[in-house]
Amino acid sequence: MLDYLIPRYKVLRDADLCTRCGVCERTCSNDVHRVDEQAGRVTADHMKCVNCQRCVTMCPTHALAIGKWPQVGNGSSNWTLECLQDIAKQAQTGGVLLASMGNPQPHPIYWDHLLLNASQVTNPSIDPLREPMETRVFLGARPEALKVNERDHTVMTKLPPQIKLDVPVMFSAMSFGSISLNAQTALAMAAQELGTFFNTGEGGFHHSLKPYADNAIVQVASGRFGVSPEYLNTAAAIEIKIGQGAKPGIGGHLPGEKIDAEVSRTRMIPQGTDAISPAPHHDIYSIEDLRQLIFSLKEATRYTKPVAVKIAAVHNVAAIASGSARAGADIIVVDGFRGGTGAAPKRIRDNVGIPIELALASVDERLREEGIRSTVSLVAAGSIRSSADIVRAIALGADAVYVASAALIALGCHQCQDCSSGKCNWGIATQRPELVKRLNPEVGAQRVVNLIRAWNHEIQEMMGGMGINAIESLRGNRLMLRGIGLTDRELTILGVKHAGE
Amino acid sequence: MTHIRAPREGDVRIPSGCAIAGIMDRSGERHSGGDILKSIALMHDRSNGLGGGFAAYGIYPDYAELRAFHIMYESPEARRETEAYLDVHFISEKQERIPTDSSSRIRNAPDIWRYFVAPHPVRLSMSGMDEPEYTMQHVFHINGCIDGAFVASSGKNMGVFKGVGYPEDIGEFYRIEDYKAWAWTAHGRFPTNTPGWWGGAHPFTLLDWSVVHNGEISSYDANRRYVEQYGYDCELQTDTEVITYLFDLLARRHGFSPEMAAHIMTAPAWDEIDRMEPSRRAFETALRITYPSALVNGPFSVIIGSNEGLLALNDRLKLRALMTAEKGSMVYLASEQAAIEAVCPDAENVRSLDGGVPFLVLLDSVAERKRQENPENSPEQPRPRALEVGLQPSVRKEA
Repeated sequence: MLDYLIPRYKVLRDADLCTRCGVCERTCSNDVHRVDEQAGRVTADHMKCVNCQRCVTMCPTHALAIGKWPQVGNGSSNWTLECLQDIAKQAQTGGVLLASMGNPQPHPIYWDHLLLNASQVTNPSIDPLREPMETRVFLGARPEALKVNERDHTVMTKLPPQIKLDVPVMFSAMSFGSISLNAQTALAMAAQELGTFFNTGEGGFHHSLKPYADNAIVQVASGRFGVSPEYLNTAAAIEIKIGQGAKPGIGGHLPGEKIDAEVSRTRMIPQGTDAISPAPHHDIYSIEDLRQLIFSLKEATRYTKPVAVKIAAVHNVAAIASGSARAGADIIVVDGFRGGTGAAPKRIRDNVGIPIELALASVDERLREEGIRSTVSLVAAGSIRSSADIVRAIALGADAVYVASAALIALGCHQCQDCSSGKCNWGIATQRPELVKRLNPEVGAQRVVNLIRAWNHEIQEMMGGMGINAIESLRGNRLMLRGIGLTDRELTILGVKHAGE
Repeated sequence: MTHIRAPREGDVRIPSGCAIAGIMDRSGERHSGGDILKSIALMHDRSNGLGGGFAAYGIYPDYAELRAFHIMYESPEARRETEAYLDVHFISEKQERIPTDSSSRIRNAPDIWRYFVAPHPVRLSMSGMDEPEYTMQHVFHINGCIDGAFVASSGKNMGVFKGVGYPEDIGEFYRIEDYKAWAWTAHGRFPTNTPGWWGGAHPFTLLDWSVVHNGEISSYDANRRYVEQYGYDCELQTDTEVITYLFDLLARRHGFSPEMAAHIMTAPAWDEIDRMEPSRRAFETALRITYPSALVNGPFSVIIGSNEGLLALNDRLKLRALMTAEKGSMVYLASEQAAIEAVCPDAENVRSLDGGVPFLVLLDSVAERKRQENPENSPEQPRPRALEVGLQPSVRKEA
């Protein structure tokens, strides 16, 4: 059957600059480039290019760039080229379209419609180089009131377990299997260096990460891969994954070819078998079932570790978050539809879920209306792109944020959205040894540490400008935000005023 | 006739700068308002004529067990409506117009009355609330729901005298030299916008608490959204209001001592906590973990008055001036040292208050009693919220 597909990208090679050194050929796992010694030139199979930009970066003479395939559509905004190609693919294969990373649709990015405040005259800005500028955050459940002995300076109330973050940023769940061990190790090392946490995802806890256990959050997802009493007790906190922003309502599927010996041992499943995470947890069909799982995990860890519940941002997210808090969750994680994934059905990724900004604002507001916001921690995830996004998220009401895509970009990811192929040229979303070794964990960790340190400096500068020297005074402080180019309805949901008001 | 009304407190958020002062005799002996008037008058340039006021403790010894309501009215209708409301919920022992000096520079003053009242005993017991809570809820009702009426103060054996004008003119207008109090506080206001109404002047009060404040807090919305969870309605949108509610939540409802409440609002920095010995570190950490949203950030100096004494507090970074001095049993507080020296030239121990360190001055009698008290706080039981016990759904069921 004739394949009706056309290339998405065109490899642009400057013949004057190309020395035919062959670096591009060696670096491309998709076999795009070929040095043709006979013809004295380098050729490209454009069809195979995924625009990961590895060759562009590696080319010593900067002879390479990747362009869009010049084919135009027919001018219709309805039957776009992408639409035609998707139909062609499905007509060819009869399969569900697979994609990766988060929702790429051109929906409003509300972060970009929220402006930050700064002090002038009536309230001095604070210089973070001169004054303490606190970004430490604790996550966990809290009592509404504390009982203390004021004379002895002792606390009578038993405080629920907490985790301490020196920066208001953690690395969100990415399993060993979906990413390489080197990538996970880099994040673990960075988390330890930064005084924050990485998340194992649902892929189990690899034994080599033991030294970073105090900075690990382990996930209990519907597949229950790698879950054992030891696994639960190893980490600093436990996260129940109910949903993920990139693919709310569905589970996961790691194909058998990615289940090598190490992945198999860590996930506790046979080598070469598909790892299927069902869409729901088969022991959670209701909120009361969630409560049972939360308390099973607390019992298993003798109430020494906070238990987080991660939910995807869907229409009724505020009620679900509130229910999770009442079910005993110490930390609620809300993941917006731009949050990444290693693999998701394209139609799900592109059409299901809502933006984190709106979800976060409505969850925070609902928890406050119910008077329980101060007794639970709230973490926002789903495409935090910069320190300014973090400041906005905290001002909307988050205690801290999760980042994943940004951390992977620091490791080399170029967001080509082809993670599911397992041929990641950057050694991140792959298990092929020759590709994995391209990512040096130490070097990677340093890059991630640099990124988060830089962001933290920027957060401190922005807080100082607002006259705030502790991050808790930014939390939920929506007067520090103003909307721009938003409708009244959007402003109401976000709980912010328009610029100029 | 209609006229254009400038935006009031509550319509907009108005930052303001200010002068504050306080004078107290620890022995409990009472003094006239002459000194506090002189002290705040010296700081004339720190206010701009758009608000001034005084709080006085111990001025009504003959009615010490009753609530003294100072209420301002814009119209006779407002007074009729308020008095009818008070008649239902309280029993009034005495009511009278507060004497004012008509020859003063103050113009367009509202009609100002005081009432000495006790809660209606049957209604109080049926309400399920304690007396302070009962009184507070009715004060909120009058301020929020009766147009043109504003309760300036509702404490026992205390009162607030405030209005639009320079503080020295307001003091003359109310003839505060005719009153005798063991503690006085004063406020001169420099709003960066025009509030132009009497209720918005300071001191701000809640039951026996009165608060005078200088500064602009940058944590305002974080603090506001925190206390609003517990039934405090921040209608005026002012810093002073939210500071007062935070203080009430911590000191009255969570049962902390005033110093501990103030300590929580100006928690020590983490690097300071990290250097503490382990048990103290655990204590401070637990406080910051439990009360992160009670931390007040940005420049401020406040003097909080109560029936026990005065509490002065500066922000953690000491971004606003506040001086103190002593002479015998007298304690003086003011935004400027000169304002203390103006009334007590030979004051001793003149110093600037440290940032984030609560400075508490108690009546000798109260200090003695406090030493005997249990050092453990007893937080009240969290009460059910309206949305949990209401008969009607507050919002329609969602899809």
